[in-house]
Amino acid sequence: MASIFKQRNVIAILILFAIVFPFITNNNYLIHIMTLAFIWMIAVYGLNLLAGYTGYLSLAHAGFFAIGAYSLSLLTTKAELNYWLAFVLALIITSILGLLVGLISLRTKEHFFAIYTMCVGYIIYLIIDKWDSLTGGIRGLIGIPGPGNIGPITFTTPVSNYYLVLSFLLLSILVMYRIVHSLTGRTFIAIRNSEDLAQTIGINTMTNKLLVFVISTFFAGLAGALYASFIRFIGPDIGYITITFDILTYLIVGGIGTLSGPVIGTILIVWVSQQLQFLQDYRMMIFGPILTLLVIFYPRGISGGFIEWKMKRQAKKHQKQNKNQNQQMISTQESSAASNKNG
Amino acid sequence: MLKVNNISVKYGSFVAIRDINIEVNQGEIVVLLGANGAGKSTTFNTISGLNKPFQGDVEFEGKRIDKLSADRIVAAGIVQCAEGRKLFPGMSVLENLKMGAYVHRRNKAQIKQTMDHVFELFPILEQKKDDPAGSLSGGQQQMVAIGRALMAKPKVMMLDEPSVGLAPLIVEQMFGVIQQINKEGTTIVLAEQNANAALKIATKGYVFENGEVVVEGTSEELFTNDSVRKAYIGA
Repeated sequence: MASIFKQRNVIAILILFAIVFPFITNNNYLIHIMTLAFIWMIAVYGLNLLAGYTGYLSLAHAGFFAIGAYSLSLLTTKAELNYWLAFVLALIITSILGLLVGLISLRTKEHFFAIYTMCVGYIIYLIIDKWDSLTGGIRGLIGIPGPGNIGPITFTTPVSNYYLVLSFLLLSILVMYRIVHSLTGRTFIAIRNSEDLAQTIGINTMTNKLLVFVISTFFAGLAGALYASFIRFIGPDIGYITITFDILTYLIVGGIGTLSGPVIGTILIVWVSQQLQFLQDYRMMIFGPILTLLVIFYPRGISGGFIEWKMKRQAKKHQKQNKNQNQQMISTQESSAASNKNG
Repeated sequence: MLKVNNISVKYGSFVAIRDINIEVNQGEIVVLLGANGAGKSTTFNTISGLNKPFQGDVEFEGKRIDKLSADRIVAAGIVQCAEGRKLFPGMSVLENLKMGAYVHRRNKAQIKQTMDHVFELFPILEQKKDDPAGSLSGGQQQMVAIGRALMAKPKVMMLDEPSVGLAPLIVEQMFGVIQQINKEGTTIVLAEQNANAALKIATKGYVFENGEVVVEGTSEELFTNDSVRKAYIGA
């Protein structure tokens, strides 16, 4: 029974479920909702690496999401480039702008960084909103093409779009997993722990912070580009600060600084919002208190809370074994102390 | 080998250290004595490149390093083992040690070799290598901190109060290991309040008071110096 809950099996079951989901439900509306949720997850993963693992809370995330979306839309509708070429260019544009913003904003820290990036995010929104001739201003852009064909595969049906976005999501999670479990990931965590300490062991914190900032904006741009070609219409409000806070809410509820957090938080909130649709904006009266309680009692979200619970349980389990081991260790410690004294 | 020439450091308008001169030769153990807030850690942080002096300079192997960034200084061979056993508490002991070898991250064979050496010095760490560093006892955490500094293969290792909050037996063990590291060719700079233990292994010392060096000399001189005895040894 216990083996069913092993991490690897849980992941396999979840992926399998995601793959067969369109066959279980023939409801196009549900497939649409899930596809959107997957797109948000990609953006949440981007923010997670920066805010969760490195400790830099960027509030310009929706801005970069919008840059990805608008770059793709403009390159396909106005420059009439091939879809996938435009797609790659959109990611490059977002990353370069991320690099430029990072170069300046990463000179600030903590809440100053949050405030600074919030201003950057707002400026991005304003530029999109006011630059009528390029972005269409408040009217937005329409007629954005869906994903182009890859060989014989077309993406015209909701189900095919669902699979396209799902594969991008799985790829993103894989990349995140590899980053977090590499030396680079540990470097980010070291910076979150203490920048001074990271520096004293020889980490160039600026380079690494810049790297994580660019990666984070890359994923924001990826999510934005997918969003634009999925919804086929975008307006300046996708770069507005509320979108940043939506993404942040998904992250905090799911578990900031965990790999499963973005999936859990996004699914949960998207699903609950769907169920509470009839309440309209009064939904926030339910979300607000839940979020507050969660931050107080589970600062690392649902996923972080679960990990903590599991660790506590394991610690209890091993307590008896450790008692014996500890006694052994104390005696070896004493003997090595004695040998050092002699030496 | 390492020369601190006349440095002064400010935090805002507060002058934390003033006109500090320190000279460390190859193979020495140099101790900086002084109470909390006397300026030992500030001096260390300045040598490490975390603080920039507004006056004076730091020379290492004949080159000025006070303008370099902290990571370059580590790569040059000066590594600080920070006070208060600062570790990465969520990472395992092994990961903490690997992080210490960050500047040598491309040289896997050397990392393995240094790691084996650290486990030789601190056998207990090998048993606990998969435990999160935050779960270890104070003494073991200090061992991880020293081990992590060693992983960078420093030419000069600066230890900031390695004995603080440790049981006497563990302190003795720690100083034994420091001496051994020194014998193997690493120059040591030690900041300590525990003058008795530190002067026993040191070649020379500097006494800090209110951000200035008030007395300096060989460890015998300091050991017999009346004011030092009164203030730090208690006899």
